[in-house]
Parts: sequence; structure tokens; C-alpha cells
Amino acid sequence: MRKQQEALRIHRVTLFGKQYESAQVRAAVVLLVPTMIAIILLFIIPVIQVVSYSFTNYNIATGIKKYNGIANYKHLFTDDRFFKAIRNTFTFAAFKLLIDTTLALSIALMLDARIPLKKYLRSVYFAPVVVPVVASSLIWIWFFDPGIGPFNQVLSALGLPTSQWLYHEKSALGSILMFSIWKGLGYNIVLFLAGLQNIPPSYIEAAQVDGAKGYQILFRIRLPLLRPIISFVLMIGIINTFKVFAEVNVMTPKGGPLYSTALMVNYIYDTAFTSGKMGRACSASIILFIIIFILTLIQTRLDTSKSITME
Amino acid sequence: MASLRKKINIPVFLFLLAGSVVMIFPFVWMIFSSFKTVADVYTYPPKWLPSSWKFTNYKKVFQMIPFGRYYFNSIFTSVAQTAIQLALSVTAAYALVVLNFPGRKFLYTLIRSTMFVPTVVTLIPLYLLVSKAGMIDTYAGIILPQVLSAFTIFLLVSFFSSIPTILFDSAKLDGCGYYRILSEVVIPNSKSSISTAMLFAFLGHWKSYTWPLIVTNKAIYRTLPIGMKYLVQESSSEYQIMMAAAVMAILPVLIVYLFFEKQLVQSITLTGLKA
Repeated sequence: MRKQQEALRIHRVTLFGKQYESAQVRAAVVLLVPTMIAIILLFIIPVIQVVSYSFTNYNIATGIKKYNGIANYKHLFTDDRFFKAIRNTFTFAAFKLLIDTTLALSIALMLDARIPLKKYLRSVYFAPVVVPVVASSLIWIWFFDPGIGPFNQVLSALGLPTSQWLYHEKSALGSILMFSIWKGLGYNIVLFLAGLQNIPPSYIEAAQVDGAKGYQILFRIRLPLLRPIISFVLMIGIINTFKVFAEVNVMTPKGGPLYSTALMVNYIYDTAFTSGKMGRACSASIILFIIIFILTLIQTRLDTSKSITME
Repeated sequence: MASLRKKINIPVFLFLLAGSVVMIFPFVWMIFSSFKTVADVYTYPPKWLPSSWKFTNYKKVFQMIPFGRYYFNSIFTSVAQTAIQLALSVTAAYALVVLNFPGRKFLYTLIRSTMFVPTVVTLIPLYLLVSKAGMIDTYAGIILPQVLSAFTIFLLVSFFSSIPTILFDSAKLDGCGYYRILSEVVIPNSKSSISTAMLFAFLGHWKSYTWPLIVTNKAIYRTLPIGMKYLVQESSSEYQIMMAAAVMAILPVLIVYLFFEKQLVQSITLTGLKA
């Protein structure tokens, strides 16, 4: 009995003008210290350092690290390879988002129809997402082989012109894009599918009763209701394409013919770990961050303004 | 109208079936080809099936590169990363959901903000930090910098938030302290959600590429993805051997996927839709 009463009596402390139960505060401190240490070491310190290194000529090969103002940034804006990497990244992102979103949305709409083997089909479309990217890259390197790759073998058997795929300036990035779409499609399908299944069937039934046709239901009800998920997929898609590195690094280790496949992360990696120019690579990282940040902002802006006008 | 909706859409089904063949074709090709001989690979027109089903290519992978060692490295580092990550995330998520303490909102925002900075942005300082600590080519160097995941924390936060608070209150009345509420109420009540988070974390670490690539120079510390990247260069286009290596790297993941598909897909939609 006494023990119970003891347990019920709550010790309180006042911190920053608010009352807290001291046992809760104590437990919180103990439980959060490891995460706090991790955040400081793995996030806060590196974020501060990436900013400060970006203003130095830090070179890991020579060990020199001197403040040099905005010289790195100036250099980047005159560096052809950096521009190429930015252009490649935007091209890649634009095509990937366009093709990926359209394809995934269409497939999700079809999967949402009344069809047999629905679960099996969804699993198959999703499978490439879970497979390690390096392992599936190996398969596609063979597909793209100009001599003994199945793609060219099939094309020439059909009498169609073959391609140099990864080995030509004009086709290399497109080849990686093909791989990337195959690899990522399932993720978006699953998201869209979940969104479609969240739409109450009564909405659609009501529209059918009113005599709405299939395409009207699609454009007036399902797609508008899917808007939040579409914009979420776009946002994640933009951010993720700007982070693409592994497949490019595995399929075209040196950035492809004439640096045609190098994306921003590949440029950062090359600058830091091939040339040892850590300072310059940090500046490029900052620019990458700013681009992603601006794109995210634009995306959220567009999204809110549209939903306001709709109401 | 209702009968119209029940009708099976045959053209759509056939289209999706064709699409699924395209999606799965690379894996089928990989498995068949991993048994092919060099001659099979170079014949024209291409051969679908290998001329004999022998495991020679699989043996060769182990002869060409320390594949067993890569496998061990991948399992060891992924398990360790997952364990530490889950320990950090479970305690943090519990504190954020259940406990009331000053700075809770701030911490929440801080953890959330780590999600807005892509890891590649902090890659170089993190590498320099690890290199100064003398942890290049060590397991600690591969494992420790990869254990913080705001994604896992928020996944668990959303799971823990769904536990009815009455459970906490009755545990308190029974004289449970806050650590015991974690170990005896929260964890037993979220076994399935914690294992989902674990699965996610493990798959993520298993395929992790950039970090292990930059912190390993010696071959013996390479994880599977890194070993396979170098196999492309070292095997000089012996595709049948690359396929055998790919099968060995992909198969465990596909098996895990087949068993846990539901949880995986569910948590993607859960976190996806919540973000």
C-alpha cells in the first residue's frame, strides 16, 4: 500500500517556466543522450564543416588548408565539367520524373482496376526496388554491351539500328536512365496505389450514378484526389534523382564518354576522392544542397497555391 | 453499374502481365546466365538457357575475389548498423512520444531537419572526421557513421503514437518506471513494427554503396556492393561470372522480400503518405 502511494506521488520540477515530472525528464535525458551525440557528431559538426571547408583550398593530397574566400565557388562557375554535371543532373531528373511518374501512375491506375493476380503483379513491379543497385547494375551492364549484349542482339535480329549504349556520349545517360526507371518504378506504383485505394468507393459510385464516364471519373475525381500523393512522389523524386550516384559509378566509373553520365554527386566524388580537392568538393556539395532546397521549396509552393485556388 | 465494375478488364490485365515480364526479365536472365559457359555467352543468336547446369561460375567468383570475406563483411556491418540504429531509434522515439521534457519540440525539429540535408552533403566532412580518427579500413569506420536515421526514428514515432496511452497510465499505476514502460509495454506491444523498421534498416545497409566505397581502401574490408563494383573491372567482361556474383547478392534479399513483402509495402505507404 505504501509503495503504491509512493509511486503515485509525482515529483515535479520547473524548467524554463514549465512544470515537468522529474522522473520523465531524467529518463528522457538518459534515453536521448546517445541520439544527441550521434546528431552532433554525424550531422551538426559535418554541416558546419562542409560550409567552412567550402571557403578553403583544402587538399587532402598536400594537406594544405587555407581560407580562400569564394575562390572555389568562382572556380566551379567556370568549370566545364561542373556545368556538364549540373546539366546532366537536370536532364536526368527531368526525364526521369516525367517518364517515371506518368508510367507509375498509369500502371497504378491499371492495377487498381479489377484484374486477376493483382498481388503477384504488384510484387513483381516492386521487386527491382529492393534489390541492391550494384547487383542489378551488373545485369544491365551486360544488357548494354554493344557486342554481346541482348539489347543489340535483339535490335540487329529485328533489322533495327543498334546503339553503343553506355559507350557513346549521346546514349550513355539515356541508358542509365532506362535502368533507373526500371529500378525505381515500383516504389512510385506502390505509393500511387495506396493513394488510389484511399479514395472512398462511394465518391466514384456517386459519380457513376450521376452518369459520369470513365475518363471524367479519372480526371475529375481520382486524379484531383491523388494530388497530394502526386506532389509527394515528385518531391521525393527530385530529391532522389539529385542523389543518384551508385549506378552511374558502377556502370560508368569515370563519368562515361566525355563525362556525359556524370551527375552532381559523381562530380563531388571525383573532385574529393580522385583529385583530393576537398574544399572544392565541399563547395559543390553546398551548391547541390541549395539546388535541392530550392526545388523542394518551389514544389511545396506550387502545391499549396494550387490547392488554395481549388477550394 | 455495379456489374460493370466487377467485370475483369482483359486488355489491362494483359498489358500489366507483359509489363511484369519486362520487370522480371533481368532477374531471369541473370539466373540462367550464371550457369552459362563462356561459349554460351558469346554465341549468336543469343542463347536463353545454358548448355549445362554447373556451378563452375559460382566457384570462380570465390577464386577471383575474396567473395566469402565480402559476404561476411556485408552481413556483419549490416547487422551491427541495424542493431545500433534500432537501439538509438527506439529509445529516441519512445522519449519523443511518451515523455514530456523541455526541448522536446526543438529536438523533434532538429531530427526532422536532418532529413532535409542529403547525406551526400555531409559526406566529405564525415569522411575527413573518420579519417582523422584513424578509422579508414576498419569495421567501426564503416558502421558507426551510418547509424543515425531520422527516417527510422519517425517510422517508430508513428508506430509508438498508435499505442493507446491507457497502457502507459495503467503501467504507471502498477508502479512501473519509465524505463520499464519502454521495456515491458512499448517494446512488447510493437514487436511487429520494430521488426518492420529493422527490416527496412537492414535492407538499406545491405545495399549501401557510397559510404563503404569511400572508407575502404583495402580489399578485405569491402562489402558486397563494393566488391562487386570492382569485380566489373577485375573480371574484364566475364559476364557469366558477374551474374553468379549478382545471384548470390540478390537471392537473400529476394527471399527476405518474398517473406516480408506486406510489411515493406505497408511501411512505404505509411511513411510515404505521412511525410
